[in-house]
Amino acid sequence: MAVKIYTAQEGLIAVLDGEIDHHCAQDLREKIDQAIMENQPELLILDFQQVTFMDSSGIGLIMGRYKQMCTYSGNVIIRNPPLHIKRVMKLSGIERIAKIETIKI
Amino acid sequence: MNTRNQIKISFPAISINERVSRAVVSAFLVQVDPTVEELADIRTAVSEAVTNSIVHGYRKSEGNVDLQIKILENREVYIRIKDRGCGIEDIKKAMEPLYTTAPEEERAGLGFAVMQSFMDKLHVRSKVGEGTTVIMRKKLGDNQCQTK
Ligand SMILES: Nc1ncnc2c1ncn2[C@@H]1O[C@H](COP(=O)(O)OP(=O)(O)OP(=O)(O)O)[C@@H](O)[C@H]1O
Ligand SMILES: [Mg+2]
Repeated sequence: MAVKIYTAQEGLIAVLDGEIDHHCAQDLREKIDQAIMENQPELLILDFQQVTFMDSSGIGLIMGRYKQMCTYSGNVIIRNPPLHIKRVMKLSGIERIAKIETIKI
Repeated sequence: MNTRNQIKISFPAISINERVSRAVVSAFLVQVDPTVEELADIRTAVSEAVTNSIVHGYRKSEGNVDLQIKILENREVYIRIKDRGCGIEDIKKAMEPLYTTAPEEERAGLGFAVMQSFMDKLHVRSKVGEGTTVIMRKKLGDNQCQTK
C-alpha cells in the first residue's frame, strides 16, 4: 500500500494505491494526519481509484480522518472507489460523513 | 456434505498474515473460477475474521491462527478461521453492527457485519480463555467452464 499526498486548488489530495487493511492502516493514518496538520485544508479528498482491496479497517481509517478534518472544520470526499470497495462503504453508512463521488479523469 | 478439495494453513498472529491469508484464498479458489465479485466478497470476509483473531483474540498473548478452506459439492465454499486467544464474552453483542471494544484504535465495529453480508452463512463459536472459531459458507454461481 502506497499513498501520494499533494495539495491542489480543490484541497488536500491523498491518492491511495494497493490494499488497505489493518496491517497498513497505521502508516497511512500517520502520513495523512501529518499532511492535514501541515496544510489544514478545507477539503480532504481520498482518491480510491487505485485501491484493489479494503476491509472494515479502511472504514476506520476514513472515520478517523473525518474526525481530524472536523477539528479544522473541513470536509472529506471519497473519490472513485471501485465497485467492491464501494459495497463495503455503503454497508458502513460512511456516506453520512464523507460523500462518495465519481469523476472522470 | 462431500468435500471435493481442501487446504489448511496455520500462521502466527502477526498483521502481515492478513494479506497472506487473502492471497491463499485467491490461490486456492482458482479451481472453482469465482467471479471477481464473489472472490472479493470471500477475501473481504476472510480478512475480517483473520484481523479479528490478530487484533482482538491475541491482543494479550501470542499464538497461531488456523485457516481452513473447503470446496464442497454444488460449488459451496466453506471457510473456518480459528484462534486460541481470549475469546468473546457476549457473542450476540459482539456481532451487533458498530459494536467494538477498541474504538481508540479506529476500529469501526463492522467486521462481523461485513462477514454477514458478504457470505451466505456465518457461525461464531467462542469461549472466554479458550478462543474463537468463525465458520462461513458461500455458494458460488454456476459456471460454464467448470471442470467436472
Ligand atoms: N477472534 C476474536 N477474539 C476475541 N474477540 C473478538 C474476536 N473477534 C471479534 N471480537 C470482539 O467482537 C467485537 C466486534 O468485532 P467486529 O469485527 O465486528 O468489530 P471490530 O473488530 O471491533 O472493528 P472493525 O472490524 O470494524 O475494525 C470486537 O471489538 C471484539 O471485542
Ligand atoms: Mg473486526
